Amino acid sequence: MSSSAISTQNNGRRKEKIRRLNRLYFADYVMIGLGLVVIMLCITPLLNLAAKSLSSADALVAGKVFLIPKGLNLSAYKMVFGNSKYVHSLWYTALLTLAGTILSLTMTTLCAFPLIFDKLKGRWIFNIIITITMFFNAGTIPNYLLMVNLKLLDTVWVLLVPFCLSVFNMIIMRSFFYGIPISLRESAELDGASFFKILWHVYLPLSKPVIATLALFYAVGRWNGYSDALMYVKKESLFPIQLYLYNIISGMSSMEVAIQDGYSTPGLSGTMKAAVVMFSTIPILLIYPWLQRYFIQGVTVGAVKE
Amino acid sequence: MATKNTQTPVGAPTKGRKALVYLSRYWQLYAMLAIPMVYFLIFKYLPMEYIVLAWKKYTFNTKLWDMEWVGWKHFIKAFNLNAADWGQESVIESLKAILRGDFWLAVRNTIMLNLLDLFIGFPVPIIFALVLNELKLKRFKKVVQTVAYMPHFLSWVIIYSLSLQIFATSDGFINQLIGWGVQLFTGNKFDGIRFLSDPKLWVCVYILVGIWQSFGWNSIIYLAAITGISPELYEAASVDGANRLQKMIHITLPGIRPTIVVLLIMAIGNIVGSGFDRPFAMRNNDVMDVANVISTFVYTRGILNSQFELSTAVGLFQSVIGVIFLLGSNWFSKKMGDRGIF
Repeated sequence: MSSSAISTQNNGRRKEKIRRLNRLYFADYVMIGLGLVVIMLCITPLLNLAAKSLSSADALVAGKVFLIPKGLNLSAYKMVFGNSKYVHSLWYTALLTLAGTILSLTMTTLCAFPLIFDKLKGRWIFNIIITITMFFNAGTIPNYLLMVNLKLLDTVWVLLVPFCLSVFNMIIMRSFFYGIPISLRESAELDGASFFKILWHVYLPLSKPVIATLALFYAVGRWNGYSDALMYVKKESLFPIQLYLYNIISGMSSMEVAIQDGYSTPGLSGTMKAAVVMFSTIPILLIYPWLQRYFIQGVTVGAVKE
Repeated sequence: MATKNTQTPVGAPTKGRKALVYLSRYWQLYAMLAIPMVYFLIFKYLPMEYIVLAWKKYTFNTKLWDMEWVGWKHFIKAFNLNAADWGQESVIESLKAILRGDFWLAVRNTIMLNLLDLFIGFPVPIIFALVLNELKLKRFKKVVQTVAYMPHFLSWVIIYSLSLQIFATSDGFINQLIGWGVQLFTGNKFDGIRFLSDPKLWVCVYILVGIWQSFGWNSIIYLAAITGISPELYEAASVDGANRLQKMIHITLPGIRPTIVVLLIMAIGNIVGSGFDRPFAMRNNDVMDVANVISTFVYTRGILNSQFELSTAVGLFQSVIGVIFLLGSNWFSKKMGDRGIF
C-alpha cells in the first residue's frame, strides 16, 4: 500500500516536472513563429513554381498566379511529356546518375578502406598524393585539354569518370571505417580472411549509413551538375537534364527582356518551363528526407578531424 | 656447428623474405588502392603538365613540350600590365589603367561576392541553429530542419529558375505582390523593380539566394556542436537562475565557438576561390560587370574563345593564391590554439 502511494506521489511529481518542461512560454511561441517563417521562405518559391506549372496560360500572363493555381489544367505537363527530348533527357540523366553513383561509391571504398590500416607500408605516400589534390587543382583549361587529349570529349565517359572520386567524401568514409572496432577486423584476420573478404563481409555491412549518405551526395551531385557537360559535351543527346534546363531557361530570360519592352507574351511556354523545372526537382525532393538521419551523421563526421 | 651459426637459422626471416611475407598478405590492399591512385594520377596530376601552357604559344596538333616558349607574355596580357604608361603618367594613374582590365574586374567581383557572402551569410546558420535548439516541439523541429535542408539539394539551374519566378520584373512573385498592393491602394500601375537587371539589386539577389540555398545545410554542423555541449552546464546555470537568453549567450555560444572559428577561417581561406555553377547560372547579360568572376572569366576566355594560354595563366594565378590563402588560414587557426583544419 504505502509503496504504491509513494510511487504515485513520485509519478505525480515527475508528471509535474514534465509538464513544467513542456509548458510553452512566450519565447517558445517566438521560436515557433521563426520556424514557421523559415518553412515559408523555403517552400514559397517551390509552391509558386508548382502553381504556375498547373495554371492556365492566360492566368499566368495576367499575373494572377501566386501560390494557388488559377484555371487549373495539366496541359503544360502533357506538353512536357509529349516532348521526346525532355523525356529522353530525364531517363538518360537517371541512368547516368545511377552508373555514376555506383562507380563513385566503388572508387571511394577502394580508396578509403586500405588507408585505415596502420600496418600498410607507404601509406604516407598515398596520403600525400591525395592531400595535394585537395589543395591544388590544375585548373579548368588544363583539365579541358586533358579531356581533349584522352579523346573523352563528347562521350558519356567524360560525365562519369573525371570527377568520380571526391576526396572530401573519401575522408567521410575513412572516418566512418575508423569508427568500426579494430577487434572485428583483427579477429577476421586471425581466422584467415583475406582483406577483400574483410571489406565485403565485415566493413561494408556495417557501413550502410555512410554508404547511404555518400550515395545521396554523389547522386545529387550528378543529378544537379551541369558545368562538366557545359564544357566537355557538345552533342545534345548527351546533355544531362540540368544543362538541358539551363538552355531552356536562359532562353526564357532573354524573352523576359522582350516582355519588359512590351513585344511578346510567352504565356504557355511560361507554364511549360515551370512544369519542366518542377518535374526535374521532384525526384530529389522525394528522396532526401528519408536519408536525413544519415547525411547529418555524414556531414558531422566529415567535419570532425580524426 | 660453428659454421651453421654464422648462417641465419632456417625459417628465420631475412629482409627479402620478410618483404615477401608482407606482400603475400598485403598485396590485396595495394591492389585496391591502385585503382584510385591511377585515377588521381590521370585526372589530377596529368593535367598539371598543361600548366606550362601559360608560358607557351598554343599550336594545334603539336606536342605540348614542342610548342614555342613565349615567357611571361600571357600573364602580362591577362593582368593588363601593358595598359600602364609608367613614364608618362603618375603611379596612381598607371595602376588605375591596369585595374580597368577584365581580369581585375573578375578578381574584384570574386572577392566582393565572397566577402558579402561571408559578412551577411556566415552568421545566418549560427542563428538558425540557435533557434532550432530552442524549439521544444520535437516533431515541429524536425519538420523545420527537413524543409530548411531542401534548398541545398536543388541545382543552381533550378534555383536560378526559381529566382526568375520570384524576382522577374513583369511576372515575378514579389513584383506581382507589390503591383497588386500599389493598384489596390493608389490605383496606379506599377512598373516593377528590376531585381535581376540592375547590378546592385542583382548582387543582393545573388547573396540572398546563396544564403537561402545553404543556411539550413550549414546549420547541421553547429547543431552537432551544440549537441556536444554538456547538459550539466545548463543545469548548473538554471540553478544559478540564468534565463534562456543568458544560457544561450553564456553557454551555447561559447560552446560552439571552436566550430565557428574553424568554419570562419575556412571561409576566409576560400575568399579567392569561386565555384562555377552558382555565378554562371545566376548571371545574365545586364549584370556582367558585377557577375563575371574568375571561374566564369576562365570559361568564357578559355573554352568559348579558345584563349587557352591566357586562361591557363589566370587559372594558375587563382590556384596559387588560393593555396596560399588556405595554408595561411590553416596556419593561423593552429596559431590561435584551435585545431587546424587539415
